[in-house]
Amino acid sequence: MPRKLPATDVVIIGLGWTGSIMAYELAEAGLAVTAIERGPWRNTATDHPPGYAADELRYRIRHELFLRPEQTTFTFRNKMNQTALPIRSWGAFMPPNGVGGGGVHWNAETWRFLPSDFVARTHLTERYGAGFLPGDMTIQDWGVTYDDLEPHYDRFEYLCGTSGQAGNIKGQILDGGNPFEGPRSRAYPNPPQEQPFGATLFAKAARGVGYKPFPQPSGNMSRAYQNPLGIRLGPCTYCGFCEWFGCGNYSKATPQTTILPALLRKPNFSARDNSEVTRINLDASGKRATGVTFVDTDGNEWEQPAELVILSAYTIFNVQLLLLSGIGKPYDPNANSGVVGRNFTHQTTSDVVSFFDPAKFVFNPFIASGAIGTCIDEFNGDNFDHGPHGFVGGGYIGQVQTNGRPIETAPVPPGTPRWGAQWKKAVKDNYQSALKPGTGVHGSMYSYRDVYLDLDTFYKDRFGRPLVRITMDFHDNEIKQNKFLTDRFAEIFQAMGARQVVKEYRKGPYDITKYQTTHLCGGAIMGTDPSTSALNRYLQNWDVPNLFVSGASAFPQNPGYNPTGTVAALAYWAAAAIRKRYLKNPGQLIDG
Amino acid sequence: MVNRRSFLISAAFWFAGSTSLTRASVVRDHMPWSPFPSSAPNDARPGPWQFFTANEARVVEALADRIIPPDSDTPGGKDAGCAVFIDRQLKGPYGSAAGLYQFGPYLKGTKEQGPQSELSPAELYRKGLAALDRYCKVSLGQAFDQLSADQQDNTLKKLEAGEIKFDGVDAQGFFDALLKDVPEGFFSDPIHGGNRDMVGWRMIGFPGIRYDYRDWVGRHNERYPHPPVSIAGRADWTPHKS
Repeated sequence: MPRKLPATDVVIIGLGWTGSIMAYELAEAGLAVTAIERGPWRNTATDHPPGYAADELRYRIRHELFLRPEQTTFTFRNKMNQTALPIRSWGAFMPPNGVGGGGVHWNAETWRFLPSDFVARTHLTERYGAGFLPGDMTIQDWGVTYDDLEPHYDRFEYLCGTSGQAGNIKGQILDGGNPFEGPRSRAYPNPPQEQPFGATLFAKAARGVGYKPFPQPSGNMSRAYQNPLGIRLGPCTYCGFCEWFGCGNYSKATPQTTILPALLRKPNFSARDNSEVTRINLDASGKRATGVTFVDTDGNEWEQPAELVILSAYTIFNVQLLLLSGIGKPYDPNANSGVVGRNFTHQTTSDVVSFFDPAKFVFNPFIASGAIGTCIDEFNGDNFDHGPHGFVGGGYIGQVQTNGRPIETAPVPPGTPRWGAQWKKAVKDNYQSALKPGTGVHGSMYSYRDVYLDLDTFYKDRFGRPLVRITMDFHDNEIKQNKFLTDRFAEIFQAMGARQVVKEYRKGPYDITKYQTTHLCGGAIMGTDPSTSALNRYLQNWDVPNLFVSGASAFPQNPGYNPTGTVAALAYWAAAAIRKRYLKNPGQLIDG
Repeated sequence: MVNRRSFLISAAFWFAGSTSLTRASVVRDHMPWSPFPSSAPNDARPGPWQFFTANEARVVEALADRIIPPDSDTPGGKDAGCAVFIDRQLKGPYGSAAGLYQFGPYLKGTKEQGPQSELSPAELYRKGLAALDRYCKVSLGQAFDQLSADQQDNTLKKLEAGEIKFDGVDAQGFFDALLKDVPEGFFSDPIHGGNRDMVGWRMIGFPGIRYDYRDWVGRHNERYPHPPVSIAGRADWTPHKS
């Protein structure tokens, strides 16, 4: 029997970005808050000292900061009629582990979604007609709008000290920013980061083609910054070790560098690390969560009773805990019924690698940050007329110089042998004069009836619990979208004067070994209809009203941007609803 | 249901998987701090082979020198220490596939479902090197490291193309492991045993863990002038001990 701990007001499962935001907001409201985190505590200065944090083998190749697959993994198949097999080592995405979650090792590319993204089905149907969407595409409106979220985007950007150039302040379009973005209430808190050579060439060429390039919004500091909680960050030094790594320089916005120091000072907050929640407990009615059960490193099982449960783990783990706790009806793709596991999505990325004359171009690819570079947004969302193209969705494309780490980034022209003297020479000749964007084509993945999560019927984790099974493949819509975007991207490199431009289209089948991004989305989505969504517009579970589920698992489909800005804005939005409405009258905020 | 035994197993996994305060703890009042909880890196010191036998090591050095041959400017894989790197890696967690999901059954899947091999990297090398030795002696009359450079290259080309089959181990899989591990040894930080004297980094102009490029980010199309630095510093910063 689990040992029972004293009851608390709020228990938070997973102390990453949204867990930290929720904990801060609810502790601020006077509630006793306990966070439970599966992984270890991570401390900026001592876990990632600049003296050895820049170790490509240890962190990038051997995955030191991530969950170990032996702790838990997933099974994967492309099609419903295949047998799913376990992911034995990580590939297509990297599940985070530890305090700070993915916020520790992200690139800090900090975007807002487009206003039309939040009403995708309505918007696309109105513009192109219902028949334009593939029959098995299950995209939905979110139930929340850009205008709802704007103040919360703003809060997150000021928390993080996001460096960028506004393109639209209260409807006024500004030169140098993204003219397609939704209106923002004020400028970014910091100016853009400095742009390296490749990004400035890209900007010039993109302008020449008629596009409106702008610096990528970055959670890496362009200058020293003190955030509204009084926490200070230092200027980024462009060391080129962001994604997969921790920043010991206090230059990357992470929960540790922006919010945890202030949260820890609150006497009504505490956290447990190295403790894994195995279940959300329900009362006899099944309509009310009574708290959670977790296991510590000694194998002791504990029960933490709570009045309010915030589930804020990584996408798939949110879905897994709902399924294992019997909350919400599991999705059944055959019957097209149920909600938990539906509308699971990832991303559609591709790259263009360009080779320039080594006698004329030196790019210094190692002078980099997770989010320095130039992007264009002409082909994102519905910023262009999809009518002639026969697909929906899109993405930003950009020359973003994230790293010159040589194991990962040593491009050679096609046709070069994979080893031997010719390979060695090609690496040497091209390292300084090739451009291989860390983020190239960052495209959307829309949702489909046969792309979903459920529990595997065979493989188990170390606790004997079924692994989550991923069924996912690319659909024609995304393949067409990627071809169109990759071609547009390549035209810009051609205009920059590259000797050779290599298009690496994303092609099916979806491959679990090829890293795209860690932006898994959906599976416990928000919406307006309890028969097609697990959560209402406030991230509140339709069945268990004292459970809120934050994170990208709430996205009904994945738009063409990095998700963290929206993930965080949704957390602030939900926290505001809890504080303003739920606490006064605990219950369903929306009539189901 | 979760039983006591699986909890104990899970506890062992946690120790392996955690890099920070490895025991569950309660944190309140202040940010926890302990000196270097993530453990400083180990410097893979020169010395005897830790995983390879002397015969295996000679072959791996020869393989490394064909995958990355020496030239007039830059040493090859052997002198760059790539075999030492692989030796230390195979002796460590990588060699035993520590942390990976190792529950069976191991079924053959599609390429898109990823590797489903029961062999750890250490087992793959042990079996692969033994099979390569048998192949070379039977087909070419000598051990791999005794062959001419052309014979070695031809053997590698056949392995790459899947034209050589080994008994009991996937020959192409063994080649793919080499093709991943040798360049990793050439380009990873010298503390891991390869990239000796940062030769891989010097070859391409990667400055290593130099960390502050604020003065250089705006200097477009200018070659960065400073030599590389390793986690262990630079040899010419360290006075010789008498």
